[in-house]
Amino acid sequence: MDALWILASTGLWDAVLRIATPLIFGTLGALLCERAGVLNLGIEGIMTFGAMIGWLTVFSGGGLWTGLLVAALCGALFGLLHAGLTVPLGLSQHVTGLGITLFASALSYYIFRLVVPLEASPPTIAAFRPIEIPLVAEIPFLGEVLASQTAPTYLALALVAVMGWVLFRTPLGLAIRMTGENPHAAEAQGVNPLILRTACVMAGSALMGVGGAFLTMSAFNSFFPTMVQGRGWICIALVVFASWRPGWALFGAVLFAAFDAYQLRLQSALENAVPYQLFLMAPYLAAIGALALMARKARVPQALMRPYRRGER
Amino acid sequence: MRIEARSHHPRGLILFAPVVAILAALAVSGALIALTGVSVMEAYAQILAGALGTRLAVTETLTRATPLILTGLAAAVAFRARLWNIGGEGQFFIGAIAVAAVGAELTAGLPAALAIPVLLVVGAAGGMVLMVTALGLRLRFNVDEVVTTLLLNFVAILFVSMMIEGPLRDPMAFGWPQSVPVADNAALPRLIERTRLHAGLLIAVLLAVAVYLLQARTVFGMRSRAAGHNARAAGFAGVPLARTLVMVACLSGGLAGLAGAVQVLGVRGYVTTDLSPGFGYAGIVIAMLANLNPLGVIAAAVFAAVMFIGADGMSRAVGIPSYIADVTVALSLLTMLVALFFTQYRIRR
Repeated sequence: MDALWILASTGLWDAVLRIATPLIFGTLGALLCERAGVLNLGIEGIMTFGAMIGWLTVFSGGGLWTGLLVAALCGALFGLLHAGLTVPLGLSQHVTGLGITLFASALSYYIFRLVVPLEASPPTIAAFRPIEIPLVAEIPFLGEVLASQTAPTYLALALVAVMGWVLFRTPLGLAIRMTGENPHAAEAQGVNPLILRTACVMAGSALMGVGGAFLTMSAFNSFFPTMVQGRGWICIALVVFASWRPGWALFGAVLFAAFDAYQLRLQSALENAVPYQLFLMAPYLAAIGALALMARKARVPQALMRPYRRGER
Repeated sequence: MRIEARSHHPRGLILFAPVVAILAALAVSGALIALTGVSVMEAYAQILAGALGTRLAVTETLTRATPLILTGLAAAVAFRARLWNIGGEGQFFIGAIAVAAVGAELTAGLPAALAIPVLLVVGAAGGMVLMVTALGLRLRFNVDEVVTTLLLNFVAILFVSMMIEGPLRDPMAFGWPQSVPVADNAALPRLIERTRLHAGLLIAVLLAVAVYLLQARTVFGMRSRAAGHNARAAGFAGVPLARTLVMVACLSGGLAGLAGAVQVLGVRGYVTTDLSPGFGYAGIVIAMLANLNPLGVIAAAVFAAVMFIGADGMSRAVGIPSYIADVTVALSLLTMLVALFFTQYRIRR
């Protein structure tokens, strides 16, 4: 019975939104890159760097929003590196992305260790505080769940709507989707696929950086190596699960976060009856399971991972 | 300005590419060192001294290179067939824990000449199972193996953690989570007395040669290369694609699992969750630096080992975080990709 009661607690759903936020940012970022035809496996490293640099900005006296902005800018720079190698040069998107992840993670740890040389407990910052919205707080269940959320979570939710609107209701979105489906046709329409792909990878990577920064600036208040824990890879899986649609990406991220939050609570409810590692494994296995369910049905952008060169078929 | 395919690919240029790539990576890392105010030359001199300065240092570097050769081979054989095995890290751990599970008691009574080969096979089989699972998901459900192998890395390490805190826990380890030790009869013999250098290095080098011959001289090698160059054309030409990929997955996962087995039998004797400081991921860089050539993997693995071992000493001497080695190795992957590009294409005005 306890296991079911957890589902009705506001504590669970409050945690769900907190866990989902970095996934929403990351999944939207990866989705934007892939809609334009570029797989960005740099996501794990870019999130790590965003987490580190966001924390570092605030730690060295910057404001919280400045921290998010710096994380976004650094994400965009790594995106530029990824795009520079995969778009005009057409290098393998798999290997380049992994290279970006290895480079960005190593660079994050290097800079972190320069600032915090000791192995002692990592220094903390004053993270984002929950914002109170006068009327919403009165709503019985939802009000309590939302009461403990911070501003970046609202930003993530708003971005889902913005991304859906841009991709499916604007000429720019049409051009992006066309570039991901058939860059030759896009070029015939006067779109420059190389520039558009580069821009999308940069914008998407900026979102990944913000997703990482949320971890150190809202979910926790300090940085430690390996803290991203495969969240980037889970975002890549969520994009497939969502079949490259922002609304479904939100649904996938929340579903996944609910699963994660539920296993955390179930773990403490069952008190060591089952090895805790089984619970920790569950999210990764769930992501693989979701992929196996959805991969055949998913509508992959037809030019995903196909480099575009003018005059070549 | 436009990009134009080269009509022929000069061999010298391809051999030269890794050298240029490594120098470029070292230059960028040098800038990162210089930003801290430490002399770049001093730092690099310390890295070289730490990795190659004494006889002991050289043996430590070669000891570190041993698992890297195997994970590098694992990535190289898979990438050659365009099978993106990014799960070397997880396969390494499954291989290691399988060896601990079997080697602690089951093979304890056997003579070394029997126990060691049995345990090496057990380790390889562990890695194989994990990789074939990922390939199975690709063949059956069309799931990209990049994502599954990456996610399985986390599952594998958690599985190891569960084993060493559960059924395989060492009761003598004062509460530290580590596995039961493998019985002494299966320890790999030392190559040089009073160093940690072990026979695993010979195994790794022999396997590099074997994989080279397999790829260059056998039907399987030809098929796996064909599957990588153009899977559709290979299919039309009668290459059994699924069967070839399963064999490649077995070989690749097996090599990564073997790396875990060798590290347990040669160096550690037991398993902890920090047995690998990213050997699986480094293997990907090593395979690319070697341009997927199995013999080149040996040289690339030694380069990475020099950076990792040297950076530890350098870090103690001049206070630069040893993560600079990871930065350099990761950068050399990116610079190598660019260098390889210019062996295939040129830029014309």
